[in-house]
Amino acid sequence: MRRIHDMGGLPAGSIDSAGHDYAPWEKRVDAIMRLLTRPDRQTMTVDELRRGIEDLGPGAYDRLNYYQRWIASIANILIERGVIGVDELGRRMADVEARWRADGRTRRDIEP
Amino acid sequence: MTDRLQPGTAVRVRAAFPPGHVRTPFFLRGKNGRIESLAGDFPNPEELAYGRPGLPRRALYRVVFRQSDLWPGYPGKTADTLVADIFEHWLDPVP
Repeated sequence: MRRIHDMGGLPAGSIDSAGHDYAPWEKRVDAIMRLLTRPDRQTMTVDELRRGIEDLGPGAYDRLNYYQRWIASIANILIERGVIGVDELGRRMADVEARWRADGRTRRDIEP
Repeated sequence: MTDRLQPGTAVRVRAAFPPGHVRTPFFLRGKNGRIESLAGDFPNPEELAYGRPGLPRRALYRVVFRQSDLWPGYPGKTADTLVADIFEHWLDPVP
């Protein structure tokens, strides 16, 4: 069965090849991944990142943008690995969101 | 490790559809091509994807395909080709 990410050769629209800048959070996700894959520590591999992205499933894969897929995969893999806990991550996310709301921002501010 | 496939050797990409993380593109499975060159030996990404060491290393080949063999009714030139990186365990020799 063809999986959702394996779309080579399928009909598609035009591709926007114009360069674009990255949001600060996207650069941070990239930096997190670089730290996690450092050869001297190798907390995870790029192959695990890809596996995690492919396992998001068609719904999330289509809905999330590039770095949203990355961070979703990274979070799942770090939980699997025991690097972070589900409750720990959930509380931290709630803390960050509370801080954003206190600043008058909403979730929309971090979405594309 | 199996014997090296030499440049020019006719190969067929296995028409296999395992679950999990696979680097062989769907559109190439079951297609015939020829070995262009050896890219090197690398840990198997299908195993690395699950946190395992992926050893022994596997030979990764650059395989050249004719575009007209890949796409029904391909409108371009018959000389048009495509090169893809395919691991040894996805390639069978064509008799």
